[in-house]
Amino acid sequence: MNQDIFVVIEHLRGQVSDISYIMLAAARALAQSQGGRVLGILLGHNAQGLAKNLAADQVLYLDHPSLADFTSDAYQRALASLITEQAPRAVFFGNTSIGADLASFLSAHLELPLLHACHSVTSEGKLISQICGGKIMTESDLANTMTLVTMIPGGFKSEEGQSEKPPEVTSMTTPALENLRVTLKEYIEPEVGDVDISKEPILIAVGRGIQNQDNIELAEGLAKALDGVVCASRPVVDQGWLPSTRLVGKSGKKVKPEIYLTLGISGAPEHIEGIVDSKLIIAINTDPSAPIFDVAQYGVEIDLFDLVEALTEKVGQAKG
Amino acid sequence: MNILVLIKLVPDLVEELTIDAGGTTLDMTWLRLIINELDDHAIEEAILLKERGEASVTIVAPDVEGVDDVLFTAAAKGADRLIKLTGNFTEQVNNHALARAFTSIIKDLNPDLVLTGVQAHDDLDGSVGPLVAGYMGMPYVGYVSRISLSSETATVHKEYPGGVIAVMEVKLPTVMGIQAAEQPPRYVAVSKVRQAMKTATIEERTVDELDLSGGVTVSRMFQPEISERATMIEGDEEQVSARLIEIFREAGVL
Repeated sequence: MNQDIFVVIEHLRGQVSDISYIMLAAARALAQSQGGRVLGILLGHNAQGLAKNLAADQVLYLDHPSLADFTSDAYQRALASLITEQAPRAVFFGNTSIGADLASFLSAHLELPLLHACHSVTSEGKLISQICGGKIMTESDLANTMTLVTMIPGGFKSEEGQSEKPPEVTSMTTPALENLRVTLKEYIEPEVGDVDISKEPILIAVGRGIQNQDNIELAEGLAKALDGVVCASRPVVDQGWLPSTRLVGKSGKKVKPEIYLTLGISGAPEHIEGIVDSKLIIAINTDPSAPIFDVAQYGVEIDLFDLVEALTEKVGQAKG
Repeated sequence: MNILVLIKLVPDLVEELTIDAGGTTLDMTWLRLIINELDDHAIEEAILLKERGEASVTIVAPDVEGVDDVLFTAAAKGADRLIKLTGNFTEQVNNHALARAFTSIIKDLNPDLVLTGVQAHDDLDGSVGPLVAGYMGMPYVGYVSRISLSSETATVHKEYPGGVIAVMEVKLPTVMGIQAAEQPPRYVAVSKVRQAMKTATIEERTVDELDLSGGVTVSRMFQPEISERATMIEGDEEQVSARLIEIFREAGVL
């Protein structure tokens, strides 16, 4: 095992994902206390260009037609052989639709320890994970052996993992990728909704605390009074109470409104990820320990059902 | 078609979480455990596949407080077979140990399709689905929100950020991590669950040894420091509304 820290660069349809830069920033923080170089691991086909702004000491590039788009089987095989050969100190993966298909699988397959949901790195090189919907943090060291890490956003800015100076890119040998059991058939574009929530200046966001579909009307009433639009966290969309075009967070849209007012949203990391660029967050939730209050500028602990009606009326009066 | 659904129970986040005196794990004494929400979606997806064609659905869960109710509820929804893994699951068992325990059942039952929730909020050493796939050498696709089956393959929708979906074809047997079932998990009346308690049986399989290797050692567990907590607006709904109107005005939206 050497001291290098690998970062598996994620990209989707020709775009490097933000989490890749966030992981590079985390890996650099870890390298500062532990030593070692930060190496970007790029898998793709004719995709060297994606390396150009990665803040890495070096990029190891694996090229193969089967690596052009992410599929778990091909990526697992290519990474398993690279990690075994190179024996780095740690390998970072995003806790995303790409990285989460790889990290746990490789941990079991290669018998390597895995630290999940890393959010930040302390100056002593300790890794802080965030679990239980953001309510609990844990602190761990890397294991004594090569360690796999999955990373969530929140602790680093993506700019910290970008560089104007292109890194050195080294092409590596790709193992034979035959008889692959997972193949990509096509991409389906997101539904085009009646509104694009990523462009709306006033958003009223509803979460599990709204309790049932009929209560969405309350939020709609407030949104209408404020000339805003209603959006939601994952449980509300999974229940079919609002369409997926209104979903905010990891699997939905990232929003950047002037005002983001939440009704009964606890603030799980998957949701926070989509709202951090909001100018002003106002959270209404009866649970004082809800993590949403850690990102909101203003918080209200009273029952949303009592408040929304009164507030809607007052907004109406204020508008005359 | 033989479908296996692997589930686990997790702390109910509605309840207050406290950290035990040792400072490295949750205090489980008063903790209420509920089914991992995404595992409930995995059960729903399995039942939908059963309703669409020939499939039998087996649910497997580790033996923890409350598991019988969860298993009988799955039976009331239409699951055919219930298996409880017994052993020392009362301690904080990590996902590597749980995945190894599930692997022994998979080897016995030879399912065509293994479903589980793509993640759980208490995962600290990876997620159960891809760990099981790694131990079994089976293909794995996670963040799945739709499955259709043919005799040799599963065609699935895999979710990416921003609502993009990748349609992937996967050779059976395979493991899938479910992000959302095609419809919300169905509600079953308490009377139906009671009936299932009378008619369904829970098979028990003993897991002799739980191998925790692959997890990481937590040196400290803590609740997030509230450095920049929101300014709380106090008062009744009238007072709070009045203050919010001022805030809206300051922000220039009124």
